[in-house]
Amino acid sequence: MSQIFAQGLVCPLDKNNVDTDQIIPKQFLTSVSREGFAEALFYDWRYLANEQPNPDFVLNAPQYQGASILLTRANFGCGSSREHAPWAIQQYGFNVIIAESFADIFFNNSINNGMLLISLSASNIEFLFSRCQQGTQEWKIDLAGQQIILGNNAAVGFQIDPDIKQRLLSGLDFIGASEQFAEHISSYEQQRAAAHPWLG
Amino acid sequence: MMAKTLYQKIYQSHVVAAVNGSTDLLFVDRHLIHEVTSPQAFAGLRKAGRTVRRPDLTYATMDHNVSTQLRSIDAAGETSRKQLEALAANCKEFNVPLLDLLHPDQGIVHVIGPELGLTQPGMIIVCGDSHTSTHGAFGAIAFGIGTSEVEHVLATQTLQQQVAKTLKVEVTGSLSPFVTPKDVIMAVIGQLGTAGGNGYVAEFCGTAIRGMSMEGRMTLCNMSIEMGAKAGLIAPDEVTFAYLKGKPHAPKAEHWDAAVTYWQSLYSDADAVFDKTVTIAAENIRPQVTWGTNPEQVIAVDQPIPAPESFSDLIKADAARRALTYMGIEAGQKLTDLKVDVVFIGSCTNSRIEDLRQAAAVVQGKQVASGVRALIVPGSGQVKRQAEAEGLADIFKASGFEWREPGCSMCLGMNDDRVESGQRCASTSNRNFEGRQGRGSRTHLVSPAMAAAAAIAGRFVDISSFESVGGGNQ
Repeated sequence: MSQIFAQGLVCPLDKNNVDTDQIIPKQFLTSVSREGFAEALFYDWRYLANEQPNPDFVLNAPQYQGASILLTRANFGCGSSREHAPWAIQQYGFNVIIAESFADIFFNNSINNGMLLISLSASNIEFLFSRCQQGTQEWKIDLAGQQIILGNNAAVGFQIDPDIKQRLLSGLDFIGASEQFAEHISSYEQQRAAAHPWLG
Repeated sequence: MMAKTLYQKIYQSHVVAAVNGSTDLLFVDRHLIHEVTSPQAFAGLRKAGRTVRRPDLTYATMDHNVSTQLRSIDAAGETSRKQLEALAANCKEFNVPLLDLLHPDQGIVHVIGPELGLTQPGMIIVCGDSHTSTHGAFGAIAFGIGTSEVEHVLATQTLQQQVAKTLKVEVTGSLSPFVTPKDVIMAVIGQLGTAGGNGYVAEFCGTAIRGMSMEGRMTLCNMSIEMGAKAGLIAPDEVTFAYLKGKPHAPKAEHWDAAVTYWQSLYSDADAVFDKTVTIAAENIRPQVTWGTNPEQVIAVDQPIPAPESFSDLIKADAARRALTYMGIEAGQKLTDLKVDVVFIGSCTNSRIEDLRQAAAVVQGKQVASGVRALIVPGSGQVKRQAEAEGLADIFKASGFEWREPGCSMCLGMNDDRVESGQRCASTSNRNFEGRQGRGSRTHLVSPAMAAAAAIAGRFVDISSFESVGGGNQ
């Protein structure tokens, strides 16, 4: 059964090792809110020193306005653990990121916000970038069927951890899910206190 | 019984329950929090009507955006002050102990955890900060988490996890004079790349590692995140036990022997199988300097800055081209010809007493070169007091360094300690990303001794020949 998790315009960000300092610079981290980070996304690349939009940055190109799928390269999201990075990406409008690989903490943070991160082989990533060079792309993401539907009967399959897939499909509150193990936690605490009393 | 790695032993001893498939619920022994990544987590708790399950296992400090000129939240600037006040209010509401700016032991979260004895072997330690890997130096699984996970740990004292792959990094032999743990980890990152550790927990071992102090081991594990590793760890030994003995939160006398007996069981079995192994000879490591805009773009101080064409990987070549432009340098240039504008000695990587001793030994009796702004930011109140008692602070001040209050400071420039656009900084911190220390800043990562020597000479120098080149005796 096909289930479309997301669909929309693709923005190609042709860079490796995009770090969280680029995704959202430090000056936006002093907020106590979870909201309001869309404007901060890729700030140093997106805006010139005079705060005018940088016409050379891909996100500012007219054809990519309204994009909701981000295509990029290896090790996306490396660096700091700031969850402000996926917040900014999601609040800007991207709910899917396709890359060769992701940094671990960034990956978890994104999943915890209900975003879908898809890792593909370098050759598949290259293929998708070449599609983008041919013209703007609108893709559909079939999460249940694990494929990116490119249109005209073309699709690229992807792998995803079954536990993560289930979480994204069910939209489960992960704290609530863990709280169902409250009795296990209590008994672990008792056993821990008895075996290693110095741990507190 | 199947042979296990140290990581696998600690992981398995913390499984509370299998959640489903390959996901486990793990118990968290210590949860460290700070002002930047916790406010939304507390707000989430409040919204859901939840509370902090184990405030006794949770510890808070103020570090990321505090002023290092004045120990007051009012000196941090308006939005930072609000964030610091939010932390104080949250800690009060949920009974979480807080080392605020008035507390004598306040400091960088990854400096104070170990020095208070909160960090111990065999633990799982988390914090909403990627450099939590630092605590792995004690033989603990320690890693950074995001704010949603901070909220999860506050509510349940657990975290959902999957088993990571294991990477063994063996450093054989012994380090040459002037080569520090900072140089070792930068050389390892240079070899493995910034994504080389993705999906892995790295265990550092070998004679060179055994020969390191706890401070050195912390520097090493601190930067394991810079190769993408989930965590870095080192099996505990007598050096670890001696460091912990007598620390305020270390096991008390009645539990000490039992704790040590348990800690002695924490090592990778001789026949344990790692998913990947890397061996590096310590003798081959020279003082390291990053030249580009990520930590894998690193060379020994006596190597020329590489040409983009020298990278066979086209994407790396392109990254090198962009990095050279951003950094304002050219292929073939010598690092020792590069002038520095700013020198920063501090951060969770290199702000401990041993780091300051190394820097002081280099600058004693010399002057910071004219035109260079040089900062020393101790990692904690304890480090600061000790450095003052040992006379290190006087050496720094006499040499022309600014001697500051503890905090993260110029490592990420969340407070007012920033590198200006186009300025070149020799920094003992951990990230040389574009704009990391301020928009347009040009960061070169180095060891404390190398940073100190750069401050005196006004340019990068090879610390191993620093004295012979005259080292700025002007």
